[in-house]
Amino acid sequence: MSAASTPRPKHYRPYYDLNLAHLPPPGLVSIFHRISGALLFFPILPTLLCFMYLALGSEAGFTRVHEWFAQPLVKAIAFGAVWLYAHHFFAGIRYLLLDLHWGIEKAPARSSALVVFVLGALATLFVAWRLW
Amino acid sequence: MKAYRKNPVGAHYGVGDWLLQRLTAVVMALFTVVMFLALVTEAPHGYAAWKAMFSGTLVRLSTMLFLASLLYHAWVGMRDILMDYLKATSVRLTAQSVVGFMLVFYLIWAASILWGR
Repeated sequence: MSAASTPRPKHYRPYYDLNLAHLPPPGLVSIFHRISGALLFFPILPTLLCFMYLALGSEAGFTRVHEWFAQPLVKAIAFGAVWLYAHHFFAGIRYLLLDLHWGIEKAPARSSALVVFVLGALATLFVAWRLW
Repeated sequence: MKAYRKNPVGAHYGVGDWLLQRLTAVVMALFTVVMFLALVTEAPHGYAAWKAMFSGTLVRLSTMLFLASLLYHAWVGMRDILMDYLKATSVRLTAQSVVGFMLVFYLIWAASILWGR
């Protein structure tokens, strides 16, 4: 507060390392938690509501949604959305456990981050296997 | 002159938001697990079966509880993101208003889908 920090050089530019490959696993979980959260808010949730509106509205609407989901491209996008949800879900549970100081040390935090990625991928594969 | 010693710490509403974001997360996680297990064990086939599933009061109410939790959870999350990246107050407040209106719209839309017809 009162301690004067050394003045920044005139041509100071903050350095952002935006290469995701340079992040350790917990950092990757974190940034994907943020990205997936934003994408779930938009466009995934309104799209899902749109499908619900059509599929629960009328028989014809249901058939239309059913036909869309028969297309491989739509299926692929849907599985992408499932992965985002699964990752957000498992990463969120990890954060709840970290909030309870469970696995807060560096080594377990690192392995739990890897577990989050594995569980997210497995859940997505399971849904893909059931729906394809 | 007496030095100003009070520590400016804010109104603490952030702690409430932080806690509610976690509580809503637990509600949504439970709904997700129950819904997932229900769909895996007995997925409804066809329009009539889906319609019947979503006409049950318990399913409707728990879906609304899920979406109400989502509304608050997403509000805190999106506000955190916008506070991190949008530095100009006017831009940030505009974006936050848009997010807020969208979330309320989602909730009303979902209620009309579940109960409207």
